[in-house]
Amino acid sequence: MTKKIYIKEAVCIGCHLCHVYCQQHRSQSKDLIKAFKKEPFPPVSGVRMEEKGPVAFSVRCQQCEDSPCVSACLTGALSRDGESGLVDVDLERCVGCWTCMLVCPFGAIKRDSRQSKMVKCDLCQGEDEPVCVVNCPNEALVCAESDGSPDDSEGKG
Amino acid sequence: MTKAKQVQYLIIGNSAGGIGAVEAIREVDKAGAITIISDEPHPAYSRPLIAEYLAEGRPLESMLYRRADFYEKNEIQTLLGSRVERLDLGEQAVVMESGERVEWHKLLLATGGTPIVPPMEGSDLKGVFTFTALDDAKGIDQFLSGFEKTTPRALVIGGGLIGVSATQALEERGVAVCIVEMRDRVLNMILDEEASALEEEALKKAGVEIITDHTVAKIVGDSDGVVAEAILDDGRSVPCELVIVAIGVRPRTELVTGTEIEVNRGIVVDLQMATSVPDVYACGDVAEAYDFVYGENRLSPIWPNAYVGGRIAGFNMAGHPCDYPGGTAMNSSNYFGVDIVSAGLVMPPDDTYEVLSNQCDEYYRKVLLKDGLVVGLVFAGDIEKSGIIYNLMKDKVQVETFKQSLVADDFGLISLPEEIWRSHLEMPPAVD
Repeated sequence: MTKKIYIKEAVCIGCHLCHVYCQQHRSQSKDLIKAFKKEPFPPVSGVRMEEKGPVAFSVRCQQCEDSPCVSACLTGALSRDGESGLVDVDLERCVGCWTCMLVCPFGAIKRDSRQSKMVKCDLCQGEDEPVCVVNCPNEALVCAESDGSPDDSEGKG
Repeated sequence: MTKAKQVQYLIIGNSAGGIGAVEAIREVDKAGAITIISDEPHPAYSRPLIAEYLAEGRPLESMLYRRADFYEKNEIQTLLGSRVERLDLGEQAVVMESGERVEWHKLLLATGGTPIVPPMEGSDLKGVFTFTALDDAKGIDQFLSGFEKTTPRALVIGGGLIGVSATQALEERGVAVCIVEMRDRVLNMILDEEASALEEEALKKAGVEIITDHTVAKIVGDSDGVVAEAILDDGRSVPCELVIVAIGVRPRTELVTGTEIEVNRGIVVDLQMATSVPDVYACGDVAEAYDFVYGENRLSPIWPNAYVGGRIAGFNMAGHPCDYPGGTAMNSSNYFGVDIVSAGLVMPPDDTYEVLSNQCDEYYRKVLLKDGLVVGLVFAGDIEKSGIIYNLMKDKVQVETFKQSLVADDFGLISLPEEIWRSHLEMPPAVD
């Protein structure tokens, strides 16, 4: 089953911590201060914040089942895992043509212009749970199966 | 006489469309025999990457569109470097140049396009190339390596995507390039005037010479039959050692000429990607398929449409009916450091269209509307949210009430009606 991250707009206060922790997670040092201030090339967060008055939410890759980015990818760098449903990028094969960006319904793909590579949420592969979800102080983010059922995979309570 | 080979699915063409088809077929039919025929000797590779091959010698292994074990894993037989001589539709067979016959139950024509080379004196000289296939890039690479002491100069005929892509690769190789474009600006088919100007500025900054509103009348060779200069339509001489003809591509329809298969500019297909002859399908650059902006069949020779059209063809060939959602012109480029995307219409055809635009140092955004629906976009610079607009166009969302926000600085999903972003981003209500 495909997992994805849902927002709960009603309790999001736009603190940007999801964006911040994503950037830290993608950094060399994994250190918050270093990732933002000291690393020569700050990593690009896979999360975008949107705010308008009291309404705020964050946006990242929704691991779409029909994944238009995978269909549009010129090099074959993007693929969707048949079992997990994760849309993944092989950065060796990404050439930064940005065709994926043009077809993403969420504007969820970011540019690492320095390296000419696309950046997207991979649900923090290797972590128990995505860092944005873990660090959201208001529980405004939920990682769940794409049919909306709560994530009850092993090791989670 | 040798016994004819028989397959369930025969695919002619081994690029985006053909691969899309076999991937779809294998999702629903693990066993039916598939054969792919291509006159190119290579496994499917990303065609746009031939520029990187030329620029930096990117090896074929890292240009592959699918992993090296793709054909084996999917049990696909290949006849690569082989040409089909003719179709025998009555007998549901193709005849290869070698004389071999291959009989099929379902046929896909994914033969792509052929570069257009206009009849022109000197087009057969050494040093004249097209630039749409890996072997073109290899040929140019070999030709350039013959220059040891001098730096060659190149003339690129046509300032479209292929021409500009070749120009960037050549510049990276240290070759001075002059582009000759027949119309008044580069990338005039896919960009509006403003975005073309941004690209031209970047090209000129990189040292590329651009001559617009002219064509090449003839190419003149030296005593060895190698390109020495090009003569323009006004008599002007442009000295060069290399000429790239990048005027455009046309559907590669030779195989269907004279058959019952209906051809307009390309092979006409319905929403199932089926041609006018039963069991024969077509997709990609050779096909004239549904365009959701124009609301009619049209050529749209671009990679993603070929792949998606191929998938739809594949499902239908395997007996799983489904419709092509339609494609439209759609391009993304980052030549010479300028990120530009465009889709649908880029210039209003008449005054019944509404143009919204916004330009500042960081970006240029333009959205075209007709009757409150998005029918085209051009984004340059910050292009990350262009996909939101593209999908409003694809989904035919009425944008009249929030249209001004589409090109605003703070545009995002949040600018759309609440029910749109909520239904996409929030968890659906629990079902008992």
